[in-house]
Order: sequence, then structure tokens, then C-alpha cells
Amino acid sequence: MVRNRLDEDAFGTRTDAETAAVRIRGLHKAFGDVRAVDGIDLDVKPGECFGLLGPNGAGKTTTIEICEGLTAPDAGTVELLGRNWLGHGDELRQLIGIQLQETQFPDKITVEEMLRLFRSFYRRGITVDEAVGRAQLEEKRRARVGGLSGGQKQRLAMATALVGDPELLFLDEPTTGLDPQARRHLWDLVERLKQAGRTIILTTHYMDEAEQLCDRVAIMDHGHVIALGTPKELIATVGGEDIVEFAVGEKETAGPHSTASASADFAQGRLSTPPLAKDASGSAQDERAKEIDLQALKAIPGVQSHRVEEALHQLSVSELHTAVPRIFAALEEQGLHLSEFRTHSATLEDVFVRMTGRNLRDE
Amino acid sequence: MNRLVLSSLYQLTVTRLKLTLREPEAIFWIFVFPILLAVGLGIAFRNRPADVLPVGATTPQLVEALAADKGLHATQMDEAAGARALATGNILLLAVADGNAVEYRYDETNPDARTARIIADRAIQIAAGRRDPVAAGNRLVHETGSRYIDFVVPGLLGMNLMGSAMWGLGFAIVDARAKKLLKRMVASPMPRWQYLASYLLSRLVMLAIEVVVLLGFARVVFGVPFRGSLVELALICVLASLTFSALGLLVASRARTIEAVSGLMNVVMMPMWIMSGVFFSPSRFPAILQPFIQALPLTAAINAVRGNMLQGTELGHMMTPLAILLAWFVVPFAVAVKVFRWR
Repeated sequence: MVRNRLDEDAFGTRTDAETAAVRIRGLHKAFGDVRAVDGIDLDVKPGECFGLLGPNGAGKTTTIEICEGLTAPDAGTVELLGRNWLGHGDELRQLIGIQLQETQFPDKITVEEMLRLFRSFYRRGITVDEAVGRAQLEEKRRARVGGLSGGQKQRLAMATALVGDPELLFLDEPTTGLDPQARRHLWDLVERLKQAGRTIILTTHYMDEAEQLCDRVAIMDHGHVIALGTPKELIATVGGEDIVEFAVGEKETAGPHSTASASADFAQGRLSTPPLAKDASGSAQDERAKEIDLQALKAIPGVQSHRVEEALHQLSVSELHTAVPRIFAALEEQGLHLSEFRTHSATLEDVFVRMTGRNLRDE
Repeated sequence: MNRLVLSSLYQLTVTRLKLTLREPEAIFWIFVFPILLAVGLGIAFRNRPADVLPVGATTPQLVEALAADKGLHATQMDEAAGARALATGNILLLAVADGNAVEYRYDETNPDARTARIIADRAIQIAAGRRDPVAAGNRLVHETGSRYIDFVVPGLLGMNLMGSAMWGLGFAIVDARAKKLLKRMVASPMPRWQYLASYLLSRLVMLAIEVVVLLGFARVVFGVPFRGSLVELALICVLASLTFSALGLLVASRARTIEAVSGLMNVVMMPMWIMSGVFFSPSRFPAILQPFIQALPLTAAINAVRGNMLQGTELGHMMTPLAILLAWFVVPFAVAVKVFRWR
């Protein structure tokens, strides 16, 4: 690898297709007692849009900042475009584009002035006009940063990452805090960069964003990569294409049922449901907790798995059209009253939930 | 566009200047405040013509004798009215005729009243025919350079050089750090030294404007003298500004919040505001403090500016203050670059 790199440098050639755009090996980083990154290996191929997905605190930002040369790892190596940060820092900074979380540009500078400043740092790159065009900030080019909307500020941040015409682009939570329309706008921008063949690494805690934009996704939790693959592959691991969610009993009484006790019950294989206080068929017997026979549900063809959270039962289901009538029948048979019922296609969120037992945005 | 305009150091410096000039508060503190201060002090400590002292007398003859002296304004009044006028401060002295003699009533603890007593007595004795044995004449001298305004303008200049360099750098750097802009900048290929250098360069541009505005005003309005070489004065200002910029850089090198850096700035600048001789000579402080006071960069800067403007001293004869300034530039700058927190 080392010899390879030297050869490349000697001839000044760009990365060839076999070299990984980013190669991460055995990466560790701790802040005090917190192991932010705890042993990560990743390869990102040239031209790929790669997503790091995970909840806050999963280690996404630490990982991406080590890649960007902003944070030194405790152990492990990072190679970008066949070069590492130790000997090739200046060269690498010329080759990559970076958009950080929470950068605030000065309010009193204009879009054009900011881009002209950033353009001056790069030996080669696109013109300020082109950068303004790519970020679709034409109407705002003479406007001061203080007068831009959140989405426009984020597009400016993107434009500062693009002025050096980078081969490799790092986007750290590019759409966090934006309204849906501004997010769509930014997604379009990323799509266009993908089409132009850039290698993009982005972090996000929005599963829809990762599904929409990324060719491959690494799901991170507590400093580890817990799943890696294309969004399709990952979703397939849930076991079914659809998720059925239902609750029994009345909604008002569902509240006090805590996740902790639900999980404990889940562990025992049987589950209590909240009392059906105002049910028409209510009797003294109904005052006591009713129980769902999970085995009966899991026996239904097409039902792959079951979990419960805050009295909301989730089944992953592969044959939705045949399974749903059977689920209704099974619940009816057990004398249970449905208070909620819905289905959705399985998402990366379901993958995360299944692997960790937590939601992406739980803190 | 040519190479200069495309260079990152130029772009950083221009951006810095634009950001400074787009802050209305900065414009006030840098340009307007020192002028207001100079005007205020100039008015308060102006050299007034000798006052005409109001006095009273009980007879027309005494009034006539007193009025003959230009330093007195005499009014005739009886003893009762005179006592009231004395009590209310309308007159400083009442001359009461007592036969052939005269009695002066005044408050001897009031210096003006004592002066009135001397002038009044002289006027009355001369009117009565006294001839002085020694002939005496007066020539009045008003020397520029010895007035308070001449003393205080170099002090204000030094204070302004210190304040604008330290506030300007400190706030801008800590603000950029708090907003994660510093982090974004060092993630780009920008050379770090250029970022720090752009602050010093933009400071020099601002300095040229500030110094010309303040000194030009002092020259035109108060006639403050420039006895030394203007080129040397400019060199002193540049060195002083670099020194205070380096101090500002050091103070801002670690702080994460504006509050923290404000506190540090005040700790650093307060002793110099008081002791470095902006408004009064530092020789008023006890001898034991003098080595400390003389080693302060603001003392050195003000001494050098006063030496140039008021005494016309050449740089070659002011090596001590210049060496002190240089040391305060080199050491804080080196430390600041070493410990600077980029994120």
C-alpha cells in the first residue's frame, strides 16, 4: 500500500478505480471514559455515496472528523484516496470538500465574498460563479449570510465544500434542522453530485435520508458499526418488507405501560395488555390484565418477528395481503379489541430498532 | 483577477477588514470615541484667560480705585448687602472704608479670595499714590506642548492602539471559535499562519486610519505639536499595534466564549489604563511600583509617542521603550501561535 501510494504521488496520478476512496482500519477514539469510536473498519468505493446512520452519540461525527483530519485517532488508520493524514495533510485538504455540523458563517459577509475567500485556499477548483450555481444561490449571491434561511445557509456551507472541486466530499448531518422543503432541495443537490461521480460520505440520523441518498449505509451505535450494506440489503434483514403495528385495549390506558416492563414481559414470551375498562363486553374478569398469545401470532404464515414498545406491538411481515386478515382473526379469537392498527413498508429505522431495541432518535 | 487578489492572505485580510467595518459599534469605539474623549478633556483642561475677580466696596472712591485694575470687577454696596454677597459667593472680597483706613473682608481659605485681596490692596495703594521702588514689566507666554491636552493626546493614542487591537482581535477570534468557523477554516487547505497574519495586517490598515483621524483632529483643533519625525512616529505606532495585536492573540488563544475573553481582556488592560500614564504621569505611583510600570507595554508605547511628539526625541534615543515593545510583541505572539485552540 505504501509503495503504491508513493508511485501515485511520483506520477501525480489521481486515484484509480481499485483503490478505495476511503479505507478505515481499527479506528478507536475515546474522550475521557467515553469510547466514541470503538473499533471501526470501513471501505468506501470511489463514486459511492456512503451513509453513516445512527442516533446522536453513536460516533458518526467523531468518525467523519477523524477522516477529515480534524481529530487524531487513538488507534487505527485512515487512508483517503490512497493517502494518510500523517504525511499528506496539505495535499489531502486540497482534495476533499467538507461541510461540518453547526458551522456559522459571519452574518455580515455576503455569499459571494465567503465563496471567494474559500476559493482562494484551493490551488484548483471551480469558479465562484459555478459554486453559486451548483448551490442554487444565484438570487442570494450578494445577500449577507445573516439574511439567508436555514436551507440557504446549509447550501452555502455545501458550496464552500465544492469550490475546490473535491474528489471526496464529507457532509456531516447536512439536513439536520431543515424544513422538509429545504431538505428535498439539499437532497437534489447531493443527487446531482452523485451523478457527477463524486465520492460522498454523509452522516445522518434520518433513515429516509440515508435510504434516499446512499448507495451503502453503515449503521452505527455506541462507537460500533452494527450493520453494513445497501439500504435494500439491510431492510431485508428485518425479515419482512412490511411492518404491522397494533395496540389492543383503549389508548388512554395504554400510557402507563412502560417500555421496561414490556421488554421484561417480552423476555418471558407472554405479554400483558392494559385492562379494557370501558369495553362493551367488560366484566369483572376483564379488570385483570388480558394476555396476548404471541405464539399464535408468530405461527401465522408471513409473520417474521414480533416486538413491543409502549404497548405498541410490531410484527414484521412478508406477505402483507394474506397475513393481515389472519392477524385480525387471531386477535379476535383471543377476544382482544384493537385500539390501533397500521402498516408501513420496512425502513432502516426498523433495522435499527430490531438490532438495538431502541429508536434512532431515542436519547 | 491578478495573483494578489486571488491569494488567500489577501482574501483573508480583505474579509477581516470588511467584517470590522460592517460593525457600527466598532466604528464608534475606534474612531469616534477617542475624538470625543479628546474634545471633552480639551474643554475641561483648556488654558483660560486670567479670571476677572468680582469684588465689592462701600464707597465710590474705593470702587473707582479698584476698577482701575483690569483684574477686578468692582461694585458698590453697603456693608449688609456686601455681607450677603460674600456669603453667596457673588463677590470674593468686600473693601470697607473706615475713615482713612480700609478693611478687607474675605475668606482666606479660598485662593481666589486671597488673590483678590492682593490685587485689591495694590489697586487701592496705587490710587492713594504709592510708588514701587523697583520698576517691573510683564511679558505673557503660552507655550504649546506644555498644556494638558498636549500631554493627554499621546496617552489617548496609546490607549486607542491598545484597545482597538485587543478588542478587535480578541472578540473576532473567540466569536469565530464559538461559531465553529475556525474549525471549518482549518479543515480547508488555508495555511494557519495566514489566518493569524490576516488579523495583524487588517489591524495595520485600521491603524493607519485611526492614527490619522485622532492625531489630525488633535493637530487641527488643539494645535498639538509634532516635534519629532512623522515617519518615526508611524513606526512607533506600527510596533505598538503589533505588540497589542500579539497580546490580543494570546488572550484569545484559548478562550471559548465572549464572556471569558472579555474578563481576560479587562484583567490585562485595567492595570495599564490606570498606571501607564494615559491621563497623568506614572511618576505619581510609589517608587517600588516603577519597574513594573515601566515594563508595561502601554507605558513604553506612550513614553515613545510622547518622546517623539512633545520632545522630538529620535528613535535612537528611545531604545528602552522600543525594546520593551518588541519583547511584548515577540513573546506573546510565539506563545499564542503555540497554544492557539483551533476548534
